[in-house]
Amino acid sequence: MKKTLNLILAGVTAMGLALSAQAEDYITLASTTSTENSGLFDSILPKFKEATGIDVRVVAVGTGQAFELARRGDADSLLVHDTAGEQRFVENGYATERADVMYNDFVVIGPANDPANIRDAKSAAEAFAAIAEAEAPFTSRGDDSGTNRAELRLWENAGVEPEGEWYRELGSGMGPTLNTAAAMDAYVMSDRATWVAFGNRQNLTLLFEGDEVLFNQYGSLLLSEQKHPHLKHDLARQWHNWLISEDGQQAIADFKVDGQQLFFPNAK
Amino acid sequence: MENNAFYVALSLLLNFDAALYQIVALSLQVSLLAVLIAAVLGFPLGAAVALWRFPGRGGVIVVLNALMGLPPVVAGLMVYLLLSRAGPLGELGFLFTPGAMVIAQVVLVLPILAALSRQKVEEMLGEYREQFVSLGMSRARMMPTLLWDARFALLTVLLAGFGRASAEVGAVMMVGGNIDGVTRVMTTAIVLETGKGNLPLALGLGIVLLTLVMLINAGAYLVGELTRRRTG
Amino acid sequence: MTSMNAPLLASSALYPPPALSFDGVTFSHEEKVLLGPCSFTLDGTGPTLIMGPNGAGKSLLLRLAHGLLSPTQGQVSWSSEGSPRQAMVFQQPVLLRRSAVANLIHALSVNNVPRRARAKLAFDALERFGLAACSDTPARVLSGGQQQRLALARAWVLSPQVLFLDEPTSALDPAAIKAVEAAVREFHKRGTRIVMTTHDLHQARRLAGDVLFLSGGKVREHTPAETFFNTPVSREAQAFVAGELVD
Repeated sequence: MKKTLNLILAGVTAMGLALSAQAEDYITLASTTSTENSGLFDSILPKFKEATGIDVRVVAVGTGQAFELARRGDADSLLVHDTAGEQRFVENGYATERADVMYNDFVVIGPANDPANIRDAKSAAEAFAAIAEAEAPFTSRGDDSGTNRAELRLWENAGVEPEGEWYRELGSGMGPTLNTAAAMDAYVMSDRATWVAFGNRQNLTLLFEGDEVLFNQYGSLLLSEQKHPHLKHDLARQWHNWLISEDGQQAIADFKVDGQQLFFPNAK
Repeated sequence: MENNAFYVALSLLLNFDAALYQIVALSLQVSLLAVLIAAVLGFPLGAAVALWRFPGRGGVIVVLNALMGLPPVVAGLMVYLLLSRAGPLGELGFLFTPGAMVIAQVVLVLPILAALSRQKVEEMLGEYREQFVSLGMSRARMMPTLLWDARFALLTVLLAGFGRASAEVGAVMMVGGNIDGVTRVMTTAIVLETGKGNLPLALGLGIVLLTLVMLINAGAYLVGELTRRRTG
Repeated sequence: MTSMNAPLLASSALYPPPALSFDGVTFSHEEKVLLGPCSFTLDGTGPTLIMGPNGAGKSLLLRLAHGLLSPTQGQVSWSSEGSPRQAMVFQQPVLLRRSAVANLIHALSVNNVPRRARAKLAFDALERFGLAACSDTPARVLSGGQQQRLALARAWVLSPQVLFLDEPTSALDPAAIKAVEAAVREFHKRGTRIVMTTHDLHQARRLAGDVLFLSGGKVREHTPAETFFNTPVSREAQAFVAGELVD
């Protein structure tokens, strides 16, 4: 009886130790599911670690939640894709610096038979208008993410109020939204990275790409030392600087899926 | 695709790679530790509610029973707000660590262990009460006796708690962050792979999780049966 | 309820044991009087056998005496200062889901017997009641007779001044009945006050020092055993002793 108790105690202590053991040199990075799902971090983080010895722990959430994490002081650094929101974040004093890091682009995906015939559209606005005209099923993230916000801007450009039976707001991440679109043969707007890495395409195919309004800019933010003095600002600055350095930019350019480059470095 | 998933699950198990091993080990550590802590708190709590009559007792029982159905994501949100830097326990720096996941799962499992052990202990108390009073036992003294004598029933309760802990995803996702190599567990890995559209891999991981849970249940069942046969 | 200030197994030579008095005791449930009013005193050497037809209130009276139930009216009192050490053996023994010896050790631990002393006291009691060979057997897989002897052994280690037994042999075969009766005599020899219910006339003749006869929730007579069996006074007792069906 006593022996068992001792054993259990020893086990609990060991587990407690194992769970609390953590490297000191790490930062927590709040970023978006689209970057995480593409596999970009698996490719560039080891290079950053090699250069600086710093671990980056990625918490991948929607852009809205990523901002919220940073606002509450739960993340050391922020890498998101909502330029307008990022600028507001700096204006409100939560971040001290914002830098362009890279861009990828959005693509419009849909069933191979393309009932709204957007293949031949001249612009994104035309493609979106055609989908609304045909009332072809369209699945939207509906989660206030960067992608979702970009999509809503595109409907506005096309002069369409997206509502009705054909427009489905899912409240899901990019991957689950693609899964749903595949299941119901719907149109969907996705970032290219998630689409290229996506494994459950079924009948879906890439139908429209290349319009400049579809470019998706990523920015890195340095968070305010005043608001959250406890954060690892030194390490976060190293990460921020590395991302926009020559090495970091090269690492981003080197990341390819099936021989296709997904992110295009554009730090100034 | 199902065939595919079973194939993936099998090769995952056979080629036991380091990443999978780490995920499985962390899942077990977090859930087992959470269930253990919840048991240390929940069993005496359940027994106390069974033993003592106090004003509001009915309300406590209703609340415990209702909390058994607490959505994991709500538990996660509560623990997140507690551990967030802006929250009351933010100073601890517990957020996005396995420790935070343990806390969230304790919140989920504790009501199950307390509510079910209350029921089991009360049943047993009905059988033992006269003998206990005859022996001159106080209520406080009855508690350890009842908990020990209900050990087989409580083992099943413990398994129910473990099932809940190891199956939930909402709470650990929110307070753990699904950080690769740090807080990624089986369920959050499954969500991630589903998001990537890697359905066979996701299902394969699910099969691995199911296999693990079944093994643990089978082990507990065997231990229970063997000791039951020995001690009647 | 049991005050254990006196060292355990101090020889129970405090003879005679404390006397038990019922003074106008009534027990009602939902407005219905189930027992009483009863007034009597048990101060002889006993053993006291409580007899009467089914539903007469025998078990109720025993539980009131032992303190498992509180009287609706009246008082239960002892001649000793405070309640004496007492134990009860039930018709269906309530044994813990542990080994035979662990059941005794548990009872000793509940009564604050020092840890060192428990094992020896427990084994001695098992031996005395012929259970030494099954000390490690789970209590609940013992035969009915063995279980009842274990319940008696549990009472024994507590060295009670008063022992209550509620129909302890009604579910047992003759050999087991004999063993239980022998155990009761041992307790009696040690100076324990015995208060026992039975519906078995033969058993009462074998054990009783005095008889308390109940019917319809009332005490009809309380006399020495010889008087009760040979010249019962009340009509109900006459009929009962004659073996007629009484209600």
